[in-house]
Amino acid sequence: MDLAERVLSGDKRGVARLISLIESEDEDAYVQLGKLHSHTGNAHIIGITGPPGSGKSTIVDKLAKAFRGMDKTVGIIAVDPTSPFTGGAILGDRIRMTDLTLDPGIFIRSMGTRGHLGGLSRAASGAVRVMDAYGMDIIILETVGAGQSEVEIVSHAHTTIIVEMPGLGDEIQTIKAGIMEIGDIFIINKSDREGADKTSMEIQAMLGLNPNKPEWVPPIIQTIARKGKGVDAVIEKIEDHYQYLKDSGMYEKMIEQGIREELDVQIKSQLGRIIKNIINEEKLEDLVKDIVDKNIDPHTAARLLLKDIEDKLSE
Amino acid sequence: MSERKTRILIAKPGLDGHDRGAKIVARALRDAGFEVIYTGLHQTPEQIVETAIQEDVDAIGLSCLSGAHMTLFPKVTRLLKERGIDDILVTGGGIVPEEDIPALKEAGIDKVFGPGTPLQDIIDYHNDKCGTGK
Ligand SMILES: Nc1nc2c(ncn2[C@@H]2O[C@H](COP(=O)(O)OP(=O)(O)OP(=O)(O)O)[C@@H](O)[C@H]2O)c(=O)[nH]1
Ligand SMILES: [Mg+2]
Repeated sequence: MDLAERVLSGDKRGVARLISLIESEDEDAYVQLGKLHSHTGNAHIIGITGPPGSGKSTIVDKLAKAFRGMDKTVGIIAVDPTSPFTGGAILGDRIRMTDLTLDPGIFIRSMGTRGHLGGLSRAASGAVRVMDAYGMDIIILETVGAGQSEVEIVSHAHTTIIVEMPGLGDEIQTIKAGIMEIGDIFIINKSDREGADKTSMEIQAMLGLNPNKPEWVPPIIQTIARKGKGVDAVIEKIEDHYQYLKDSGMYEKMIEQGIREELDVQIKSQLGRIIKNIINEEKLEDLVKDIVDKNIDPHTAARLLLKDIEDKLSE
Repeated sequence: MSERKTRILIAKPGLDGHDRGAKIVARALRDAGFEVIYTGLHQTPEQIVETAIQEDVDAIGLSCLSGAHMTLFPKVTRLLKERGIDDILVTGGGIVPEEDIPALKEAGIDKVFGPGTPLQDIIDYHNDKCGTGK
């Protein structure tokens, strides 16, 4: 059995292995993902982002439990930062999800960003597809808590949740300029602390300035995730949002947009490989010298090299 | 093509409430370029094995200070075997008396790092057995 077949037969180790293969950008990973394609598209993908320590993992834990109570299976992908200096990482999101470990309806995978900016890892979208094909009804993606650059989450999730907490004060104004627009649901977690109402109001005010999703008004929900308080309200809004996407036709648009982006990535990466394979190294080296000697300019030299490739492709 | 990065689960089975040592080891391994999955206190052997599977780790480092290592460590290796897994390196650390080591090795613990083991030894061992994280 190959890995794709193992995933489809419900083999957990197969799922884990395939995700590793995707992470190491192994050529076979794309072949296996290709085989899974027709089995994907059933999961509701939920993205969770927000500043470090705001309670994202604690919320994921509570949401997963609530979904399990509704008889839904849950896949979780939790991303933590990789050190740019050593390439190492400590992936600690599971600390908040210990109770979920032995539930056969849950699969959790931790990932390091491995140099990818934007709060996710390059392998995250592949891992989502594997879990989707594996049959997870809900897939939750937790980004790193970077504060600013996690907007990438929107192109991977159907429903994007932003977790804030009281006491960040002025930071909200400055950090969140680009983040506000991507939130479908806002959570003010740690509302056992002082200032939750103030934070809610600030977000409300900022959303008022930004009415770019006329048919969906992003709700702002106060939670105490550690005690599970407010989680039911979040679940309700998640379901409402999914329904809204389906009813409004947004869902189809999102899927198509996602496919366009993926196709673009695939074309570029495959083209890159083709170019590497067929470019004439000798000619390239000669051209470098010529450019140094000012006999030719880089633009014209590139045209010359590409002309070769065009000829080869049309052969 | 990039290579596989070595992933190590650092887990604390048992009831003792100290994870300072485990965290220090986790950080040292991270700084050596490994991807470390850290799951916190009070993990049962069942949870440790399940986590190791989902995270597809190359190695598990068990840390136990409560004195229950003679039951908890072998339980982890037994559960791994029951699930048909023989390619994950298992090491132990914490307060393990010298005389317990042979029995633990017998039970499938590949290496025991006693108190005071230099961090570099732990890093070297994993580099050697699993390949470097880089
Ligand atoms: N007071 C209070 N603390 C909370 C609440 N929810 C979570 N915490 C605590 O906040 C800390 C951080 O929680 P996490 O869930 O790890 O936060 P996170 O956003 O996932 O953190 P990173 O992944 O490191 O960015 C933990 O100590 C939690 O126990 C809450 O509602 N109130
Ligand atoms: Mg977290």
